[in-house]
Amino acid sequence: MLEISNLTHVYGGGPGAHHALGGIDLKVAQGELVCIVGPSGCGKSTLLRSIAGLLRPTGGTVTLGGKPVERTPDDLAVVFQDYSRSLFPWMSVGDNVALPLRRKGMDRPRRREAATEALEQVGLAGAAGKYPWQLSGGMQQRVSIARALAYRPALMLMDEPFGSVDAQTREDLEDLTLRVRSHHDMTILLITHDIDESVYVGDRVVVLSKAPATVAGDLRVDLPGPRDQITTRENPAFVHLRAEVGRLVRGMRNDPAVSS
Amino acid sequence: MRFLRALGRLWLVPVVLVAWEAATRLAEDIFFPPPTTIAARMHEMWFSGPAERLWLTDAALENIPTSVGRLFAGWLLAGVIGVVLGVMLGRSALLSRFIDPLVQFGRAIPPPALLPFFLALFSVGAQMQIATIVFGIVWPILLNSSDGARHVDRQHLETSTVFGLSRSQRLFWVILPSAMPKIFAGLRLSLSLALILMVISELVGSVNGIGFQLLDAQRSYDLPGVWGTIVVLGVLGYLLNSVFLVAERRVLSWHRGANRTT
Ligand SMILES: Nc1ncnc2c1ncn2[C@@H]1O[C@H](COP(=O)(O)OP(=O)(O)OP(=O)(O)O)[C@@H](O)[C@H]1O
Ligand SMILES: [Mg+2]
Repeated sequence: MLEISNLTHVYGGGPGAHHALGGIDLKVAQGELVCIVGPSGCGKSTLLRSIAGLLRPTGGTVTLGGKPVERTPDDLAVVFQDYSRSLFPWMSVGDNVALPLRRKGMDRPRRREAATEALEQVGLAGAAGKYPWQLSGGMQQRVSIARALAYRPALMLMDEPFGSVDAQTREDLEDLTLRVRSHHDMTILLITHDIDESVYVGDRVVVLSKAPATVAGDLRVDLPGPRDQITTRENPAFVHLRAEVGRLVRGMRNDPAVSS
Repeated sequence: MRFLRALGRLWLVPVVLVAWEAATRLAEDIFFPPPTTIAARMHEMWFSGPAERLWLTDAALENIPTSVGRLFAGWLLAGVIGVVLGVMLGRSALLSRFIDPLVQFGRAIPPPALLPFFLALFSVGAQMQIATIVFGIVWPILLNSSDGARHVDRQHLETSTVFGLSRSQRLFWVILPSAMPKIFAGLRLSLSLALILMVISELVGSVNGIGFQLLDAQRSYDLPGVWGTIVVLGVLGYLLNSVFLVAERRVLSWHRGANRTT
């Protein structure tokens, strides 16, 4: 479905230029949930922005469904890392979630219904009438997840979507993501800095190196049965994978030679 | 508590009035009639009509609504022109590059300087007055709108792109609301300018209106009448601004809320 080949990106020019992406190759199949982990500042958001067509990479190609991405593809949703600035403060939370649904040809009551349902799913049943700035950071983050979920995109890009919520809510949201994915056959790319999370929700975990980022590891997560917060996490295969991802990420941090 | 504080702020008004009354009575200067004389003249000019017309006189009914009507006509017209052009300039770098010098030139012209031209073009009447008002007040609206439309948060625009908002949805749901605080700042400024230009245009070419009445009183050496008209203009300006502030507070409540917490 999604194919990225030799993607490079350089911010700026001259001596101050910053090489963010150093040739990334990645293939994602339809319906797959791929987690991307990597050290802070390595270029994860840059990668995501090139896939979303928000940034024109300086080299390489991104193709989606066989067509090169030149402008923002249809049927795409993004949960931005900077979630608070991606909600519109002049609209109520319910309207924020419902706004993108206009192009799906839904009438007003159905949009409202879908928004209410999505907000319920992220545990914000009563918040539809509030404004984003009346909510806490973690609640705003969940609103922006609800907006993406209600949109039911074919491809969903999530940039550290669960960063500001407590552990319990985080587990609930992870399970919600898994449920929604299998229910609506979405393809999901999820950026996270939490190694446990990447193994728990991912079908695959892709580890990026320090800037200029390249793919340092690509692990398939083969865990039995539907995932469960308790049993999956104590499964020996889970523990093994987590250690492996951890070693890859850690290797990046301690060994400067990798990045040069 | 709030009442006491309001009272605390207002106590100076009666003190000034009493002092003014005493000083003008002592001075007996024809150019400075005492406030009581002014009030009596105001009552006579505007508020001594029949009860079924809310005590308003013919002069009041003819002049005040006429002036206020011109003021609003000019303000609304300037608002539409200013916001439409401003948002276009703000969203199009190309357009802005070509038009900006014209805008800078246009707003540098003192509006009263164009009165002779508008007089020749439209002759005495509402058209000429409205044209003067529009030309004089459109600039703050235009410049503020273009500034507001230019500085929409990039993340908001990217969100609109990602979720596939159409051009009109993007305009009405993202760009205009986010430019609204700036647009309102421009509208507020031009409302007070509109009052000034209304008076000026009526002083120069008019057969009715508050400005005309002011000129009329001055020509007949009716100094209390001159003062009375000035007071009415002051009250009108104050009322316009207060009503506008209430409307602004309503429309921009999200803006105050959002800025308080972040
Ligand atoms: N607009 C820009 N201009 C110049 N440099 C930029 C720009 N955006 C990002 N960078 C640089 O590119 C690098 C990668 O940024 P990016 O936001 O992709 O990192 P990230 O992996 O998402 O980090 P984090 O985990 O902290 O979110 C950073 O070093 C950053 O300083
Ligand atoms: Mg990032």
